[in-house]
Amino acid sequence: MTAPPPIFDRALLRRRLERALAQGPADFLLTRVVEDLDERLAVVQKRFAAIVDIGTPSSGLAQRLAARFPDATTTRIAPLPAPGSAGTTTIGDLEILPLAPETCDLAVSALALQSANDLPGALVQIRRALKPDGLFLGAMLGGRTLHELRTVLTEAETALTGGVSPRVAPFADVRDMGGLLQRAGFALPVADSDVVIVRYDNLFGLMRDLRAMGATNPLVDRTRRPTSRLLFLQAAALYAARFADPDGRIRATFEVISLSGWAPHESQQKPAKRGSATISLADALKPKAG
Amino acid sequence: MSDHGEASLVPVPGDSIAEVSRIDPRLLEILVCPLTKTTLEYNAATQELVSRAARLAYPIRDGIPIMLPEEARPLDEDVRLG
Repeated sequence: MTAPPPIFDRALLRRRLERALAQGPADFLLTRVVEDLDERLAVVQKRFAAIVDIGTPSSGLAQRLAARFPDATTTRIAPLPAPGSAGTTTIGDLEILPLAPETCDLAVSALALQSANDLPGALVQIRRALKPDGLFLGAMLGGRTLHELRTVLTEAETALTGGVSPRVAPFADVRDMGGLLQRAGFALPVADSDVVIVRYDNLFGLMRDLRAMGATNPLVDRTRRPTSRLLFLQAAALYAARFADPDGRIRATFEVISLSGWAPHESQQKPAKRGSATISLADALKPKAG
Repeated sequence: MSDHGEASLVPVPGDSIAEVSRIDPRLLEILVCPLTKTTLEYNAATQELVSRAARLAYPIRDGIPIMLPEEARPLDEDVRLG
């Protein structure tokens, strides 16, 4: 059996992120996701002793968790050493998690899983690191992310060169994520998505932000030839013509998929066994007499 | 107050470089080799986490374990550990 060829160049992703962090990152999306994860945790009635943050590009989420759960140990499996680390930090890759089985009560991951080459494998590793009844809360970019940019780059490149090279990463569809969580062994899996529209003056403003997120083309099969300025100029014109608001500013879509799942445990709600019902469905649906 | 300022050239007990860059013991409880998921041995002298199964030594830099195989040092077959 051979592994499928990798889609994402994960070493390149780390280098891009390193450059972005050094130059002052654009972290508005991450900040928003961290807020949201923190809010979702506020309603969870459970005590966590060992918390792990898997792959989140900044230390912001770990800092929030350390503040919310001051008695817990928060460990980051980080792509890079980052300033302002909270708790304990280790450098690792979410595709090969260095975590012992059943050691964590809570695993979180913000804006990292979208660049896993083997997403089912990454989810399985997270589930294995959780103790029984441990919780996983994640957020990753989903299918509709940057669909405008993908469209205009494809059209501009086809018009200019007669062919296309991959420039925008493929993203997972939210409709597949519930099933993926289940396959990875999570109980009570939930996946839902939220669309964030960000407006820019033009395509170059968007690309500046993507660079500052460390999110420019991470694909293994990306073209190694430098891209002509003409391509970007034409793409920018198409973008402005197709995806602009009346005031002329362009819209960029970011779809954030929220994930949650529990490591299975006896105490969790589960469907009744097949054939264990004591009355028939037909009887149950009958209008009550009297 | 922090007493390892830039001016302290004289080693203070409990404040040596090794002490500052020491790995958090809580990390040792949860970390395994990312490739083989087997336990790691902490080598305080070399500041490495050794995976006998993968025959790799993962470096610890400034107290931060680098659990990436491409950053790890391959172990020679004939070296006896511990």
